[in-house]
Amino acid sequence: MTSARNRFASGVLLASIFLLFAASDANALPAFARKYGLRCSACHEAWPMLNYFGQKFKDNGYQLMNDRDAPIWQNNGYWPVTIRITPSWHRESTDKVAVDQTGGQQRITSHGFDVGGLDLLSGGTLDKNLSFLFVLSSDENAVFHFESVNARFDNLFGSPWLNVKVGKFELDNIVSEKRGLTLSGSGGGFQLYHFIPIGDSNFVGQIGDNQFGLEWMGHSANDRTRISASLFNSSDGNVDLPGSNSYTGFFAGSQAFEIGKLGTQRVGFYAMVGQAPTNTLTSGGEPIPGGGFGNKTFSRVGFNGIFYLKKLDFQVVTQHGSDDAYFGTATAAPDALPGGARSAVWNGAFVETHYVHNPQLVFIQRSEWIRMSQQAIPGTPSNLGDIDNYVFGYRYMPTMNSRAGFAIHNEYSWIRQRGTAPDGTDLASSSVLLGFDFDF
Amino acid sequence: MRRMMLNGSLVLTALVTIALCSLSWGQATKAEEDQRLGMESHIGKLTGHATSAQGNYRRYCVGCHGELGDGEGENAQWLEPKPRNFTLGIFKCRSTTTGTLPLDSDLFDTIGRGLDSSNMPSWNPLSAQERADLVAYVKHFSARFVTEKPGTPIEIPKKPELTAERLKAGQEVFQRVECWKCHGPTGMGNGPSAATLTDDQNRPIAPYNFHDGKRFKCGTTDEDLYRIFMTGLDGTPMPSWSDNIKPDEAWDLVFYLRSLQPMKSKEKELARQIGLKPGAAAAAAPAAQQ
Repeated sequence: MTSARNRFASGVLLASIFLLFAASDANALPAFARKYGLRCSACHEAWPMLNYFGQKFKDNGYQLMNDRDAPIWQNNGYWPVTIRITPSWHRESTDKVAVDQTGGQQRITSHGFDVGGLDLLSGGTLDKNLSFLFVLSSDENAVFHFESVNARFDNLFGSPWLNVKVGKFELDNIVSEKRGLTLSGSGGGFQLYHFIPIGDSNFVGQIGDNQFGLEWMGHSANDRTRISASLFNSSDGNVDLPGSNSYTGFFAGSQAFEIGKLGTQRVGFYAMVGQAPTNTLTSGGEPIPGGGFGNKTFSRVGFNGIFYLKKLDFQVVTQHGSDDAYFGTATAAPDALPGGARSAVWNGAFVETHYVHNPQLVFIQRSEWIRMSQQAIPGTPSNLGDIDNYVFGYRYMPTMNSRAGFAIHNEYSWIRQRGTAPDGTDLASSSVLLGFDFDF
Repeated sequence: MRRMMLNGSLVLTALVTIALCSLSWGQATKAEEDQRLGMESHIGKLTGHATSAQGNYRRYCVGCHGELGDGEGENAQWLEPKPRNFTLGIFKCRSTTTGTLPLDSDLFDTIGRGLDSSNMPSWNPLSAQERADLVAYVKHFSARFVTEKPGTPIEIPKKPELTAERLKAGQEVFQRVECWKCHGPTGMGNGPSAATLTDDQNRPIAPYNFHDGKRFKCGTTDEDLYRIFMTGLDGTPMPSWSDNIKPDEAWDLVFYLRSLQPMKSKEKELARQIGLKPGAAAAAAPAAQQ
């Protein structure tokens, strides 16, 4: 019996290894792939992360800059829509949760089958140098929102340095969270792109969230030099005009260069500076939409880079963040600040490493650290809210052609935040995700 | 009975022999191709290695050109024109004389530039080293690159000054060498032979229409245009005219062809000033031929 079990286990192991390494045919945004007859791997280092060819295609307004860009070239049967769903089995575990029945705290673990929602994406050109993108995303209850909806005027006056985008869009950061390769609960996003210090009330400083505004972007003909500036509502991408008449600016630039056989490397910077309300007018006790006031400032600045070493690549992001004392202490201006209050300041960094065995198989690891350097209220433990996050996983795409893509995605992530458990000690969570990524 | 057995044995022997020959031929072909993986390319100071391009070929090229480089990738059935079959060692865009192999730099430029009016995009986001490696990999598919040297690049004399006489002379060259038969009397790609043209694999192919303003397949400059009709586009019905057109006349033809394009140009402006009508000379040609 034991022998039979061993044989079965060996068989499963061998089959797994075979599945992992038998990758022979590669192929990705299927709507674009279908339009141009190119495999996913032409534009994606590993879907959905862009490579240099894909980045240039995006920067040109979803155009290859040849005669195949015009909609007239599309086959009548072509449907420019991509559907993405990610069913999975996942396990979430948090080590210290306050429980009424025991009056204490205990580990809570839950697991089961689930679906991460549904994305409907469409993008392309309406005419030469007039492009668009919309991404309609639903949660697991099919409640949809506009993740992205924008139009872009490309190559104005024939110059690649003049591209203007209007609508809701992802900020032009070379290390894109929306195109991230990780999916799990504790590791799906970049903590640094959404970090809010403990007790801080500023939710609009998240560079990982798509924003409503206007973007100018320019790039050299070969896309080695990229620069952009955008102005958007300080509303964290929410529709209508929920805050005050406040705006945020985001600026980014990067330069790529070749190092012989190692490949093309890219280094860049980004800076976000904005104002947002800390108070609001009310009517009958309810906030009046658009009635925000008491604007205070915040900033996020950092360096980033993408470095290639043959089959390895490294995405590196650093950040220095600062929120005004009113945000840091959640004080509504013009109320008086607590004694000694000051700006909340932190530093953070992450390194995400990919080993691209071949275009269909990629191993992923990310290590992320955020450290408070100044708490808004003196006397607060200096490490309160510090984050450590580690992610490991792989993505194997057995189906990858110029029509569709399918990925087997397995991932483990662990996160710890200092001092945020109910009893004031550290809080840790972990996620295991065994899932599938369908992309048509 | 013995005769039947003898016949059966002969048939069996023949089948086994054919099978073994096929197998050994297949192995030899694969072995030869593996040997050619040592292929290099040399572009300026760059040296490309076929072995270094295997990953990128699979990532970027295989969908159209196929694992074997035979132009039979999974997308090939949807594409028009069809992807190039590298095993033949025949390339449209060369600086070398017709029928010869291209220089490594010709293939390098083609990969970086892409081919308009086809699904082949510009791959210049890839690093120069990556493109040089891909050149070596493309070469490894064809035994021609082992047994033959690349051809000699044609010489392109310095471009003369544009004059009204040269423009008119260019129109006469267009008429004399019968460019109009394929490209049409006014250069719109609608000549009497246009509908019947096929490439060397017997697939329909359309002549260039000078009036739609598209890039030329093999470059954008006047020198590129000169090179196209003096080297010909191998594998297509576009021959080399180097035996029929003198270098000076070739420049005249370049000027005339530029005047046909819709973009603003000195040639177009001069043609307007002197009242040179596209096709005026050619219009009479069919009758004159008879």
